[in-house]
This record gives sequence, structure tokens and C-alpha cells, in this order.
Amino acid sequence: MNLPTLSIKNLHKSFADHEVLKGIDLEARKGDVISILGASGSGKSTLLRCVNLLETPTSGEIRVNGELIEMKQDKKRGAIPASIKQVERIRSRLAMVFQGFNLWSHMTVLENVIEAPVHVLGVPKKEAIVKAEAILQRVGLYERKGYYPGQLSGGQQQRVAIARALAVEPEVMLFDEPTSALDPELVGDVLNVMRGLAEEGRTMLVVTHEMAFARDVSNKVLFLHQGLVEEEGKPEVIFENPSSERFKQFISSVY
Amino acid sequence: MDFSIIINEYQFYLEGIWTTFWLVSFSLLLGLLIAIPAGILHSSEKWWIKGPIWLYMYFFRGTPLLIQLFIIYYGAAQFELLRESWLWEYFQEAWFCALLAFTLNTGAYTAEIVRGVIGNMPKGELEAAKAYGMSAWQILRRITLPNSLRRALPAYSNEVIFMIHGSAIAGVVTIVDITGAARVVNARYYAPFEAYLAAGLLYMCLTFSVIYIFRQWEKRYLES
Repeated sequence: MNLPTLSIKNLHKSFADHEVLKGIDLEARKGDVISILGASGSGKSTLLRCVNLLETPTSGEIRVNGELIEMKQDKKRGAIPASIKQVERIRSRLAMVFQGFNLWSHMTVLENVIEAPVHVLGVPKKEAIVKAEAILQRVGLYERKGYYPGQLSGGQQQRVAIARALAVEPEVMLFDEPTSALDPELVGDVLNVMRGLAEEGRTMLVVTHEMAFARDVSNKVLFLHQGLVEEEGKPEVIFENPSSERFKQFISSVY
Repeated sequence: MDFSIIINEYQFYLEGIWTTFWLVSFSLLLGLLIAIPAGILHSSEKWWIKGPIWLYMYFFRGTPLLIQLFIIYYGAAQFELLRESWLWEYFQEAWFCALLAFTLNTGAYTAEIVRGVIGNMPKGELEAAKAYGMSAWQILRRITLPNSLRRALPAYSNEVIFMIHGSAIAGVVTIVDITGAARVVNARYYAPFEAYLAAGLLYMCLTFSVIYIFRQWEKRYLES
């Protein structure tokens, strides 16, 4: 067996004295599409944000392609990354798509997509542009490459954000409720793009409320409840035959 | 009423425009070089960085520009150490004192503008920059500054206009800027109305040019 692309062991995260994650284990192999479900406050976004250290875990282990993210203890702030250089390097191999898009508003669509490849990964600009244009074709926004994010609809912005993520050829793509801020009629376009990515074998971690996506597209589902994994497994198994009462309630409340 | 004296003495006004122009331009440029780091470091957690910046901004925003100019131009001479140093050569010159006072003054006001726009930086965009592996320095250079300085344009255009008008006090310390030219012409002909009206019109032209330039920049950088 190869090393898992992403492996998380016994992850804990507290904010002040409130423990949000109480020991999460998660493993993603190449090509896995893992949906993370849960009610609001269950810790699912925090889990995702711990993976690229936008939140610093209180304890636990995160490995990307086998490489452990080193942590150390600081007197004032508790656990902090031992090497910010390592964190930056690992972040550059992961890509995140946010609920609020978070495109850089002073850059055009094309500039947004080439920013990380050119300035973080050191890809020559010409090469990055050629690739970015191909990716924009694919998400259907090549014609808008000269636009600024503020001139696009939410659905278009989110597809640009996905293009920005693809441009760094990430080991794992992290999606943090990518469709939650979109008007209902725009959700479909974004989900279609994500479905396409899943089919071509991208490794994806998706925090979502889209049950249909979780059931039909992902090959593994994690249901979080109060900071713990309450139910997990293949979607066709756990949706048909949930072992947890809470997951049963959750499914019926969402449908 | 005799405006022919303005036309006859146009070379004073021409000199005045040039002096006002370079004095204000250099002050603004140097002020900006102070303001950007000061505005950024103002939010530093270290008191020995934050303290002096706070004091600088507090003093120069808290006192009139005229007083600042007088302190530098007249007050500096009281310090023997300064009189004996190579710097004295400069502190004797009215233009140098005006340039210094204007630079420090506009630097403080502009630092406040910079501090404000950086504080309003959209959090999500910073988070995205982090998530893609940018270093703190890259985030500052590639994201925070270009984004914030664009949003600073409207407030900064006001600062530029205030600086042009504020520079009129350079005439008080013998500099022949636009106001200084008007003083000279008035002293020669005793025609205060004509002399100062001409100066006023020239300031107006400068001001409207600045407004026009900033409007173009705002169109280009903000309406997107």
C-alpha cells in the first residue's frame, strides 16, 4: 500500500475552554472524495481548516504524503507550528475553496489563477498563463479572464476559485461549504465542476450540506457530531443503513 | 482694479507655481515613504515599535502645520549641537525647513489613512493568501498593500488637496511659492485684491488637476 495522501490522527482543537474537535481520525488516499457532514457547530469547518493550519490544532497529528507537520509548545499561545516554512510549503500543496470565495479583489480572474503558481510555486509566468487559460476554459470562464471578481456572479466567482485551486495542482483540494453562499440556481454549475474533478480522480475533502453530492459523488462520508466522528463509511452503505440514530435524524431533517 | 500688473509680473507667479509644485510633490512623496511603514507598523504588538509611531502621528496630527514649521525653522537654531553639525547648512534654508515640516505632517496624516485601510482589509482574502502558502511578506506585498492602497485613493486625494492649500504657509518663511509671489506683487503695487485673487485662481487650477487625476485613478482601480 502507498502512503495515504492525507492522514489525521487524534486531532483536538479547543477555542479558549470550548473543545470543538475531540479526537478526529481521518485518512484520504489518492483519488478519495470525502464528504464531511454535520450540523452547524459540529466542528466540520474547523476540521477542514486544521488540515492547512488556518486553525492551529491543540493536539494530534497531521501528515501530508507522509510528512508530519511539526508542532511545538509556546508558553503563551499553546501549540504552534514548529516551522512556518514547512507550513507554507505544505499549504502550497493543498488548495482551499471557501464558502465566501475569497478571490483577491484587486486582481483580474486570470491574475487570481496565476498568482499562487507564479509567486508561491515559482512557475514561469508564461507557462502559468497558458495553463490558467486552459483551466478557465474548463470551468467555463475563459471569456471572463479579464474581469474583476466584483464583476462576476457568486457562482462564477466560485468557479474561478476552483480554477485558482486547480492551478496549483494540489495534492488535496479542501472545499469549505463551497455552495452555501450561492443562490440556488447557481449551485448546479459549481457542483457540476466539482463532480468533474471527482471523476478525474482528484483527492477532495468536501465540507457540505449537499446531500446528493455526498451520496452520489463521494466515495466516503464522515458525519461529525459534537466534535467526534459519529458515523463514517461508504455513502451507499451509511445512507441506506445508518447505524447512528443521530445520523438518521440528520438525514431526515435535511431531506 | 488693475489686472495688468499680474500679467506684467507673471514671472513671480510662474516661479511660485514651480516652487509650490515641487515643494508639495516632494513632501507628498517623502511623506508616503514614511506613511506606508508607519501605517503598517502601527498595529505591531511590540510597544517599542508602536509607541514612537503613535507619538509621531499624535503630535503631527495634533498641532497646526504653521506651528510645526515655526518650531523647525525658528526653533532649531536654539540647539547648539545642531548649529555645529553639517545639518545646520540645511536647517538654515527656508525651503528645507518647509519640506521637512510638510513631509512629517503629511506623513502622519497619510499613515492614519494607511492604518485605516489596512485595518479594513477583507479577512477572507488574507486567509486565501495564507491558504495558498504565501509568506507574511508576500501577503503584505502582493495582497494587503495593493488592495488597501487602492481603497485609500479617495481619502488620499483629500490629503493631497489639504497639502497644496496648507503649503501656502511656506510664504510666511520667505519662500516664493504661489502665496509668496502674491505677497511680493502686493508689496510692490499695493494691490492685495488682484495679487491674492490671482494666487487663489492658481491654487484652484492645481486643486482641480489633482481632483481630475485622482478621478481617473479611482475609475481605473476602484470601479471594478
